[in-house]
Amino acid sequence: MIQANIVKRFAPGADSAGFTLDVSFDAASGVTVLYGASGSGKTLTLDAIAGFVAPDVGRILLEGRILFDAEARVSLRPQDRSCGYVFQNYALFPHMTLRQNLAFAAHQLPRLERHRRIAELLDRFKLTELAGRYPRELSGGQKQRGSIARALIAQPRVLLFDEPGRGLDTALRADLHDVIRDIRNTFPTPMIVVTHDLEECLALADSVLIYDSGKIVHRGSPVELLRNPGTAAVARLLGDFNLYEAEVSTLDPGRQTSRIRMLGQDLKGPHLRGCFKGDRIALCARPEELRIAAKPGDNRIRATTPLRTTERPQSVRVDFGNDLIVDVPREVWSSRPDDLWVEVPAESLRQLSRDAAIAAPKAAERVR
Amino acid sequence: MMDWFPLWLSLEVASGATLLSLLLGVWLAWLLVNRNFAGKDILDAMATLPLALPPTVLGYYLLVAIGRSSWIGRAWEAATGTPLVFTWRAAVIASTLHAIPLLIKSSRAALESVDRACERAGRSLGASEWRIFWRVSLPLARRPIAAAAALAFARSMGDFGATLMIAGDIPGRTQTASIAIFDAVESGNTGLANTLVLVISVVTAAIVFLANRLERRRA
Repeated sequence: MIQANIVKRFAPGADSAGFTLDVSFDAASGVTVLYGASGSGKTLTLDAIAGFVAPDVGRILLEGRILFDAEARVSLRPQDRSCGYVFQNYALFPHMTLRQNLAFAAHQLPRLERHRRIAELLDRFKLTELAGRYPRELSGGQKQRGSIARALIAQPRVLLFDEPGRGLDTALRADLHDVIRDIRNTFPTPMIVVTHDLEECLALADSVLIYDSGKIVHRGSPVELLRNPGTAAVARLLGDFNLYEAEVSTLDPGRQTSRIRMLGQDLKGPHLRGCFKGDRIALCARPEELRIAAKPGDNRIRATTPLRTTERPQSVRVDFGNDLIVDVPREVWSSRPDDLWVEVPAESLRQLSRDAAIAAPKAAERVR
Repeated sequence: MMDWFPLWLSLEVASGATLLSLLLGVWLAWLLVNRNFAGKDILDAMATLPLALPPTVLGYYLLVAIGRSSWIGRAWEAATGTPLVFTWRAAVIASTLHAIPLLIKSSRAALESVDRACERAGRSLGASEWRIFWRVSLPLARRPIAAAAALAFARSMGDFGATLMIAGDIPGRTQTASIAIFDAVESGNTGLANTLVLVISVVTAAIVFLANRLERRRA
């Protein structure tokens, strides 16, 4: 379990805007993915955990042990933090063979144990035959596995991956994901993976922290995030959402419903929190939650000719324009009537917060 | 019979000075790259100063610093029974000072060019700074540092002004090749001057050639 609660500020420079990282999270065992655009502070978070960067404010604990505490002026050296770090460029020592790279990491183990462990990890990552090669003689995927094996030799208590899939082709990336899942299933070590690739994020994550401009704007399991993205910014980062602007006509908290004006029509809306009649709100809905219908009715919008249809594994994705993208089961689509309506069920509409970030207390206030 | 003493002395002094400036220079370069401390800028400037100052000025400072009345000079004399100035050891010190800026600058550039991720990887794997330096940083930076050491050797062989000021011109004791050449020319001994000049030129050319090769193979 790793608990981090940190703030790091960078003053604006001559050619750079200022940047503030202000994040707070717990990462239990399993894979925690830090997901967000480049420059949102994900790698900086890893570096702070590993001890390469000292935050200005806050505290980092690993299994209850203090790695960093700004107030108590504690900052363990990277050597003493037991953090395995798999670097983006793998950072294998170029002047050592793969075996020597592993031996470098194993030098604190007793002699016999050392050889056993090196052999075991080489075998586990299918590197035994390549052990005598130098990093320049290895492929990207082999270097990646070598780098992971080297990090594991030192028996870390948390494993940090910086953009592990970057620069690997699709097949190698699938292999890498298998390796990471395999580690998750066999080592108790929590893993933190930085990525800006949505597919990688969804493939690996047990839980996701979404980064935007130095802040965590949303968190949850991949399923929860897809169900409720929270803000338009997150919905955009996660892709595939229909995003709507609407105006509140009536609120009925007693029956947990509302009426809203959306897409030029009066629709039944979901239970809305924190808004008043006449407010403009943002909503989203996933394409698979919308339906097509043959007759007009409640919450049905007259559909125009589709702009575009895309084949999906189980369905057809139909884009009617106006942010009406619907996933229609293939047999339903092939036997569709001429006149179409799109039904936007009230329960598919999720309210999005208007501000970019979901308000969270500042780390500075949380420290005590 | 030709007197080869100045040449041998020059080689010995240059070897000593190279070794000394290698140890000191790489250490200072490592400090400049890896540590933040008060006076870092001053150290950085001081490291370049010997390149810019006239050798006689350098020699004069040295004379003040390690002369018989300075505390270093007195401590040395108390410990060994002989003065430090006007010995071959003083020549080594002068040559070291002459050569060390080269080593600091090149070693610094070499250490800075080592992939930071490799050093960070070493740290996260639990290796001490000492071990990272010897097993990772130094092996990865060894070529440019070796090239700089070769040039430092050539440069310390060529020191004239500072050596003359502090070690003097005592034939058979502190007269190095470059000083002997000056003496030979002054006294019209063209034969000796020619021989020394030729030998020094060949040795220096060989060293520069070696240094260039070392530099190039890095790429």
